[in-house]
Order: sequence, then C-alpha cells, then structure tokens
Amino acid sequence: MSSLLSLAIWIPILGALVVFSAGNDKKLARWAALAVAIAGFLVTLPLYFNFDVTQAGMQFVEQRPWIPRFNIEYFLGVDGISMLFILLNSFITIIVIIAAWEVIQDKVAQYMGAFLIMSGLMNGIFSSLDAVLFYVFFEASLIPMYIIIGIWGGPSRVYAAFKFFLYTLLGSLLMLIALIWLFLQSGGSFNLLEWHQLRIDLAPQILLFLAFLVAFAVKVPMWPVHTWLPDAHVEAPTGGSVVLAAIMLKLGAYGFLRFSLPIAPDASQYLAPMMITLSLIAVIYIGFVALVQADMKKLIAYSSISHMGFVTLGFFIFNPLGVEGALVQMISHGFISAAMFLCVGVMYDRMHSRQIADYGGVVNTMPKFAGFMVLFAMANAGLPATSGFVGEFMVILGAVKYNFWIGFLAATTLILGAAYTLWMVKRVIFGAVANSHVAELTDINSREFLFLALLAFCVLAMGLYPYPFTDVMHASVDNLLKHVAVSKL
Amino acid sequence: MLKNFVPPDLFPAMPEIFLVLMACVILLVDAFLGRTQRWITAALTMVALVGCALITYQTMDGQVVLTFSNMFVDDLLADLLKLMLYLSVIVALIYSRDYLVARQLDKGEYYVLVLFATVGMMVMISASHFLTIYLGLELLSLSLYALVAIDRDSPRATEAAMKYFVLGALASGLLLYGMSMVYGATGTLEIGGVAQALHLGVANKTVLVFGLVFIVSGIAFKLGAVPFHMWVPDVYQGAPTPITLLIASAPKLAAFAIAMRMLVYGLFELAEHWQTMLMILAVLSIALGNLAAIAQTNIKRMLAYSTISHMGFMLLALMSGVVGEDKHFALNAYSSAMYYIVAYVIMSLGAFGMILLLSRAGYEAEHLDDFKGLNQRSPWFAAVMLAIMFSMAGVPFFVGFFAKFSVLLAAIDAGHIAVAVFAVMFSLIGAFYYLRVVKLMYFDAPVDNAPIQASLDMRFLLSLNGAAVALLGIFPDTLISLCTFALMRSL
Repeated sequence: MSSLLSLAIWIPILGALVVFSAGNDKKLARWAALAVAIAGFLVTLPLYFNFDVTQAGMQFVEQRPWIPRFNIEYFLGVDGISMLFILLNSFITIIVIIAAWEVIQDKVAQYMGAFLIMSGLMNGIFSSLDAVLFYVFFEASLIPMYIIIGIWGGPSRVYAAFKFFLYTLLGSLLMLIALIWLFLQSGGSFNLLEWHQLRIDLAPQILLFLAFLVAFAVKVPMWPVHTWLPDAHVEAPTGGSVVLAAIMLKLGAYGFLRFSLPIAPDASQYLAPMMITLSLIAVIYIGFVALVQADMKKLIAYSSISHMGFVTLGFFIFNPLGVEGALVQMISHGFISAAMFLCVGVMYDRMHSRQIADYGGVVNTMPKFAGFMVLFAMANAGLPATSGFVGEFMVILGAVKYNFWIGFLAATTLILGAAYTLWMVKRVIFGAVANSHVAELTDINSREFLFLALLAFCVLAMGLYPYPFTDVMHASVDNLLKHVAVSKL
Repeated sequence: MLKNFVPPDLFPAMPEIFLVLMACVILLVDAFLGRTQRWITAALTMVALVGCALITYQTMDGQVVLTFSNMFVDDLLADLLKLMLYLSVIVALIYSRDYLVARQLDKGEYYVLVLFATVGMMVMISASHFLTIYLGLELLSLSLYALVAIDRDSPRATEAAMKYFVLGALASGLLLYGMSMVYGATGTLEIGGVAQALHLGVANKTVLVFGLVFIVSGIAFKLGAVPFHMWVPDVYQGAPTPITLLIASAPKLAAFAIAMRMLVYGLFELAEHWQTMLMILAVLSIALGNLAAIAQTNIKRMLAYSTISHMGFMLLALMSGVVGEDKHFALNAYSSAMYYIVAYVIMSLGAFGMILLLSRAGYEAEHLDDFKGLNQRSPWFAAVMLAIMFSMAGVPFFVGFFAKFSVLLAAIDAGHIAVAVFAVMFSLIGAFYYLRVVKLMYFDAPVDNAPIQASLDMRFLLSLNGAAVALLGIFPDTLISLCTFALMRSL
C-alpha cells in the first residue's frame, strides 16, 4: 500500500522507456503511451480515496536511504496540499496524450515518452520530502520540457527552449546553494520536515527566502521574471503548453508552501508586503497586458500569469481562506488553462494560425466546439458555478479580511479577466464568418470532444461542489498556518 | 657496502613492473608483425592492462605500504585511482581502434607509448617522493608529446605537439624548481619527511611558500587550470581525436593524485597558503572555461574549455579542506574532489567517444555542426550524448550533478558561500553550450546522412558509458562512498 507514490512516479518513467522502444511504429507508441498514462492515473486514485482528511501530517510515507554518504533519503509522502496535484498531473497526462493522438505525426514515440517522463518527474516533485530528491526531480523536469519545446515547437522554438531552460536553471541553482546551507545548519539532514522545525535567525531567513523566491518566482512565474512564459507557451506544441500551464507553473507555488513559508516563516511575514505587491502587479498589470494580445496563446499565457498572481497573493495574506482559495485556484487553473490551450490547439490544427484577427464567427461552423470554448472562457473569467469562481472568490474574501484595499485591487481581476477573455471569445467565436478559411472549418471529432468534455466536467463539478477538493486540504492548511504564525527566531 | 643492501619489497609495485615488462614484450612482438596482424598488438595491450587490473585488485588490502626507501606507496587511494586508470585507458583504446585503423595510425608505437604513459601515470599515483612524482610525470608527458605528433603528416598535430612539449617542459621545470626549494627548506624530498619537517616546525616557511608557488603552478599546468591553460585548447584540437580522448581522461586522475600527494600529504601544514592559490585558479578556470567555450565551433575545442571549467570545479573542492586550524573538513573536501575527477573522466570518455563514433574514414566529425540531427540518424546515440551533455552541465539525474553537488557541499561547508554562488552562476552560463549540443542533435535537421559505422564493441561500450553516466546519477552512493572510503584509509 505504501508504495503508491513510487508507482505514481516510476510507472510513467519506466513506461516511457517502453514507449521509446516502439520506435517508428506510431500506432503502438500511441496505445502504449495511453496505457501507461491510464495506469499511472489509476495508481494515484487510492491516494485520494484512502486519504485521511483529519490528519494534517504526511501520508503514504515511504522512507529509505538513498545516498547515505550525505544522509539523503528517498523520502516520499503527501499531505492535503500536495496530494491533489499528483492526481491533477496524472489526469492531465492522459488528456495530453489523447490530444496529441493525430496531431503529432513526427517522432511520436519520443513525444509521448517525453510527456510520460515529465509526468513521473512532476509526481516526484509533489511527493518528495527530501530536499535533494525534490531538487533532483525539480531540475530534471526541465530536460523533457526543453526537448518538447525544441522539437515540436513553433518557428522560434529554439529561442524559447533556451530561454525556458536557462531562466529556470538560474532560479534552481540559487536554491541549491540554499539547500546545502540548510543541510549544514541542520546538522546534516535534508529532511524537509526536520527543516520545518529548524530555528534560524531573521537575516539568514531573509536570504533563504530570497534564494527560494528566485527559484519559485521564475517558475510561478511572478512579475518581473515572467518573460520566459509567453515565449515558451507560444512556441510549445499544444501538449507542452498544457503541461506548462496546468502543472509546471504550480511547482513554483507549491514550493512556496513547502519551503519558503514553513522554513522561513518570519522572513515570509517580513517580506509579505513585497510579495503582495508583486502579486497585485501580476494580477492587474499583466491583466492589462493580456488585453492587448493579438495571439491567442499569448493571451492565455498572460492570463495564466495573472491568475498565478492570485495564488501567490492568497499565500501571503496568511489566512485559511487565502491559502485554501489559492490551492483551489491552482487546481482549477490546471483544468481551465489546459482546456483553453487545447481549444486554441483545436483551432490551430485546422487553421494553422493563432492570431485572433484570422478568426471570427467560428460558432457558425463549429457549434459544438464553440460551446466548450465559451464555457472555458467563462470559467477563466471566474463565472460563478465554474471552478474559476471558487478560488478567486475565496482569495478575494481572504484579502478583504486582511486589508480592504488589497481585496479591492485583487477583485479588479474579475473585471479584467472577463474583459480579456470574453473580448477574445467575442472576436474569435462570435460575429459573422470572417473569411473563407473559417467557413471551411469542420467541427470537433469524437476524440476532441472526449478530452474537452472531460475537462468541462471537471470545471463544472469543481465549480458546483468544491467540497471534495477543499475537504482534503483543511487539516494541512490549518497546520501550515499555525506553523507559520509561530516565530522561529 | 653490499652487505647492508636490502632488496626493496617489489610486491607493492607489481602492477607497474608487470606493465613495463609487457610493454617491452609488446614492443618486441610488434616488430615482427605486419600491418594486417596489428590486432595482435592491440590484443596484447588489452591483456596487459587487464592483467594489471587483476594484480591491483588482488593485492588491494587497504594497507598503506611504503617501499623503495619510502619513494613508492601502495594505499587504497592509489589502488582505486589505478583501477579507474586502467578502465579509462582500456575504454580509450577500444574507442580509438576504428579511427586509427581507418587512418593507418594504429602503429605499434601507439600501443607502446600508451602503455608507457600508463606506467607514468601509475608511478605518479603511487609516488611518495617528489622525485618519483617527477619521474612519473616525465614518463607520461614524453609519451604524450610523441602521441600527439603520431600523425606526422598533419601540420596541426605537429604544431600542437610542439606547443605541448615547450609549455610542458616549462611546467616540469617550474615543478622541479619548486621541489628544489622544498628540499632546501626541509632537507628531504620524501613526502612523509616533508610533512614531518613541517609539523616539527624546523623548516623555513618563507622558502617553502616560495617553492609552493612553483609546485602549484606545475600542478595547475598539468590539470589545465587558468592561467596555465593555454596549451589545452590547442592540444585538444590539434591532436588526433583518440589522443585527445587519452589526454582528456586518464592523466587528470594522475594529476589529481600528485596534487593530493604533494599538497595534502606533503605540504598540508601550508594549506592556508595553497588553498588561496587554488581558489584563484578555481575561480579563473570556472569563469574563463565557461565563457570561452560558448564561442567555440569546434567541439574538441569546446570540450577543452569545458575541461578547464571542470578542473576549476575540482579545485574548488581541493581548496576547501582546511578552515583556519580546523581539519575535520578534509575528508569531505578531498573525497568530493576525487569523486568529481572520476565523474569527469567517465563523462569525458563518453564525449570524445561520441566524436570518434561520428568520425569515419576520411571524415573528421570535429565541428559542432556534425552533431546536427543526430536524433534522426541514431536516436540511441543521441540519447547517450544527451545524457553526457546534461551530466556535464550538472543537471540531475546524471553523475555530473552529484559531482557538482558534493563539491558545492564541501565548499559551502568550508564557508566559501560567495565562491559557490559564483561557481553555480558560471555553470549556468556553461549550461548554454551543453544545451547547444543537445539543440543541434535534437532540434536541427541532419546535414550528414551517412549511416553511423562503428564496430560492435565500440557501440556496446559507448552505450555502457552513457548508461553509466545515468545510472551513477540515479545510484550515486557507491562511487561517493568508495572515494570517501579510499581517502579515509589513506589520509
């Protein structure tokens, strides 16, 4: 029972090796990848159903020595904060593989394998409780993404791939120094749970916080280190964008909860005004930037940055509503951004353009698709009854409790988000048929219907009844906030 | 006089003696062989090296044994480094075979010179006397000078050999001068004796530090650390690739060994002095190596600069052994350095092996562009090169990551946080040129569509090399612990 997490990590990675060996047999590669992805998802289900919601600590723990020389352990476990991301990740992997079914014709086995490896590595990140193990997964996940953007990406894929890799590596290298420093401070342990109890002075705490901030802020991404994301998103193939937006961005935010807040609580409190300011800039300024984009993928990329600003805002107002709202927002954004990128992908496959100006009146030729696209757009704008609303509403409530004006500024996202998303939908979906290419569009096939419907179900279910999601978080979030409230000086 | 003569205990030097004898036998046998029978020479060379490995392995007992009037030492450090040395020479020979045969360079001299170079390195590794070190070093260097020039019709190789020879001779001179200072100050050249004299405080420290500067310069030259790196890019580029492969791998082990013997075993009391010097060398090497590598279009030259930066990283660990008077960091630091050098040798063998794989009769795959589209030509070997490149860049799960990790750990433990931050920032810059190789292999279309021709043993070994880079990254503990254990028993 307790090797579930290992299975969630290694089934996709070892499965990828099998998929690679399919070589040029495209059909075999696709079916093998799908089988591996589904198996990977199935083993994560017991994580949810056997999860003890009353317990704040780590569950499904696996702990054995890995590198005894440096006291590094293969130490896995999940709590209410991380568990849902493993499910989300394994679920999105299936979607990505279905979405690539006919679209990817070049080096199919490598494409599928790269996504499976990445899926396993991400599960590793979310379940590692040993700092080096975390770091190893964290950095290794750059390799498949670099390859994915570089091989199957758009015209300036090389530039985007390098920018993505070097930007994120910059952050993680500074974190490595911080991890080693903590190892020496703690008397020779890389155990995260022990680090949470470590007493550190304010000055080193601030330095630690900043080192982690560089690593995680790049990943989230927060303003002003967000510039790699639009490039990466625009150039990445649809599947790459989906995984980037739905999972990879969450790693940064997750890092704040696992490292920054509990290890450096005093620095977190001390630097909270800065973090809140950066988050609000992301929410408002990037919201305006999104408004003027002419490329749909870029627009959604900026929208992601803006939404992630909400997440970091929720963390640094230090109340349960804020943190839980942020977590709900992360999950919900995982579904919605994935769906939005897939929608753009569906149109791109037909028209080979992502420019808003090339579209118009898509609803006339693709009615089923238009229905989905409008639904996801509404969710992205935070319409009640969709998952987008729940998280944003909770964070705004929390922010108002913390300080009215912060809440007020955060709430502008409801207007901005509606503005840029709905304006795009209006220009792309509605109106008269813009040109002959749009007139020739064919509606989505059953495969496309399948993955959009799956995501639509998740978005609506989470919007109507978020309890199953928030229920598992309560205990862990409360525990974390209690922990952060106690000074470690 | 003869009555008091006690014959030295030859037992600890068995591998060296065996290899010298074998080299002589091979030299003789080869004289009677024609070109088509050259495989016999190659096979005998393998037998010699494998025999050496067996002898070393069988006699490995973890004891520190001195012989030849304390000029020669056999300890666990020496045994482990020697085993690694045989392995890397064997691998280098197998990788080189096709290339040399295709260019008719597989002369008997090649094998004999490689064996003598190996003996030289073994002597360096087992030296416990400054003169033994010098002896081994010269044997290695002279063999290498000749090897670089083995393709005597190539003007570039001849130029490289000249450069290597002149600069190498200068470095040997510096080293010898430094040794004479040590002798002047302590009255002995025995490494144990020097340490003893320093410990008792009877030596003149000013003279010693003066000599130390020359010794460190000599070591820096052999490692190729900035500012003694000038020969590295030219020799790496100019020498035939199999020779570059040889120079870039095993001699680094020997250079590490003499650095350990002279600085740590001999001049440990002067640590605060040589650590500062090493720090300057390390910082400069990491900076210049990584920056200059970006500008290269020739992959051998690029790997030369990459080697320089790797040596800088290794020095980073070597300079972290002593803080003030506190010596308990020593084991950590030196074992990290050893681990780094071993990891480097494994990666370097693989990288140059890949160049040899892509080269064929009449065609040198020297340019970065030769790696274009390798993923389409051979996905498997593209993956091997990918592993090696990411490993060199220090990305997990590859052996290079843990090598960098343990070095950084040692450096930060010794309080060099600023240097560590500097080093990681430059390895970020370094990541660019490793990524570029991956980009060429995976993102670009091939310019050269010729199928890859290589013998089965080379393919197998290169695959194994790639797998080792990955597996030692996933299960790094054995190698790290082995290095630590060796030093624990020998320090």
